[in-house]
Amino acid sequence: MTTLRVALLHLRIGVMNDLQYRVNFALQVLQSLLALATGLVVLALVYSHVAELNGWSQPELLAVLGTQILMGGVIRALIQPNMMRLTEDVHEGKLDHALTKPVDAQMLVSVREVQVWQAVDIVLGAIVIAVALVRLGGNLGALDALAFAIALTFGAVMLYCFWLLLATGSFWVVRMWFLPELFEGVFQTGRWPVGIYPDWLRFGITFLVPIAFAITVPAEALTSRLDWQTLLLAAGFAVALFAFTRWFWRFGLRRYSGASA
Amino acid sequence: MSTVPAPTQLVQEGRTRSLVDFYLTTMRTEVQLQFQYRAAIYMYLLGMVAEPVIYLVVWTTIAEQSGGTVGGLTTGELAAYYIVWTLVRNMNLVFTPYGWESRIREGKLSGQLLRPLHPIHYDIAEFAGGKFVWVLFYLPIAVVLTLVFHPTFDIRPLEVAVFAVAIWGAYLIRTFNQSSLGLITFWTTRVGALFQLYITLELLLSGRLVPLTLMPEWVQTVAWFLPFRWTFYFPIQTLVGDLSNEELLGGLAMQVFWIVVGIGVFSLVWRRAIRQYTAVGN
Repeated sequence: MTTLRVALLHLRIGVMNDLQYRVNFALQVLQSLLALATGLVVLALVYSHVAELNGWSQPELLAVLGTQILMGGVIRALIQPNMMRLTEDVHEGKLDHALTKPVDAQMLVSVREVQVWQAVDIVLGAIVIAVALVRLGGNLGALDALAFAIALTFGAVMLYCFWLLLATGSFWVVRMWFLPELFEGVFQTGRWPVGIYPDWLRFGITFLVPIAFAITVPAEALTSRLDWQTLLLAAGFAVALFAFTRWFWRFGLRRYSGASA
Repeated sequence: MSTVPAPTQLVQEGRTRSLVDFYLTTMRTEVQLQFQYRAAIYMYLLGMVAEPVIYLVVWTTIAEQSGGTVGGLTTGELAAYYIVWTLVRNMNLVFTPYGWESRIREGKLSGQLLRPLHPIHYDIAEFAGGKFVWVLFYLPIAVVLTLVFHPTFDIRPLEVAVFAVAIWGAYLIRTFNQSSLGLITFWTTRVGALFQLYITLELLLSGRLVPLTLMPEWVQTVAWFLPFRWTFYFPIQTLVGDLSNEELLGGLAMQVFWIVVGIGVFSLVWRRAIRQYTAVGN
């Protein structure tokens, strides 16, 4: 219970802090709209040459795009800022501040930062998904909607684990400035259903970087092509990955030597 | 009759020689500096390679679905396009407007203004030196991409020569465009919004997203009147496309034109911008 209260408190402080800078909101809206416009142009371009891409129609790919934008918003608002702060703290020897607090350290390093305006993408992604659903006929079953929500949650957990694994790497490799670029580059693969990629790449963005689980699987739920085995696999993989991440975090932590800042 | 050159000519020669010396020294230093961050550069490169690989996979899928070609391009030609794309992209990474933003906002520019050379010389020389390391590191990735995606090349010696020049032309065009954008920070302190707009336009009109021939007719027409295509599409096409000698040399001429325009715009904005500059401390 304390854990949850601490997390919510940090969230509130972060939100209040960001709300001071209103112009950033306008900038973020502009940036998100430009990114969306680019995505739509690409879709239009693709479907001016073909009617179906690997079995996916244009509104179906719109649902994939919406899911990717939404998940990108979750990562950039809640996950990435915390993980980059973690790597900086390790670099500067300031992690002591978090480690000496009487709560679970992994939890604390995961909730200290929030970037509210990035949540624009969460809203925008949801709108894109809604438009896609209307264009698909507007009859999303309750079961599909539930599967979507579950798959999305597992996906977010897996991407959180992936980010924490990378950030834990900073106990060994101190300079990690390239992480956002690296992740952003690979994350763009989520714009397209994993089925179109060659086998080696599909394996990579399913099990090494769990983008397929985070984006394609929820989008499959939206377009009624998800079977329960896949959802079960996602659940199993999420739990296993979380356990491994927690072990790896503690393992890395043993290497940490602070500068008693 | 005296054979001693006029004093002004001597000064001019000395200046040129020291500028060349400055460039070579800075580039050499930067090469050594970049070599220290091997792992970080590789990670950055891997993130960068994701972009062309995605485009390539999507358009290869489309080509295969429509009987082997899309817009007249075979899968092998598409692969060649996006593999050369990555090399060109490496070359046209330049000092970003965000760099100018922090330089101006945080007052770091004050120190740079006291040096005997214009700050842009340092940017150009440092990034130019970095290219040698980056391209060297990219070569193994290019080999892997070639083995995986089977590109088809048909290259003449003149094309290689023009390519070697054109990538530096692309580098300079982009340097001056982005630096001019960065100077906007003198008035606005934030450049993010404008830069995003610029990047979006460039993405669509330069051949970065798709070979321009896959774009609608009118987009291709618009692209002719803008600098963007000379920083991506043209350098890539020198190796991948089937350009005539006139087209190859004409392209280089267009690059020179846009470099001159870029320098003109940059120095114009710089002269007005520097009057705006105030800094505290440093």
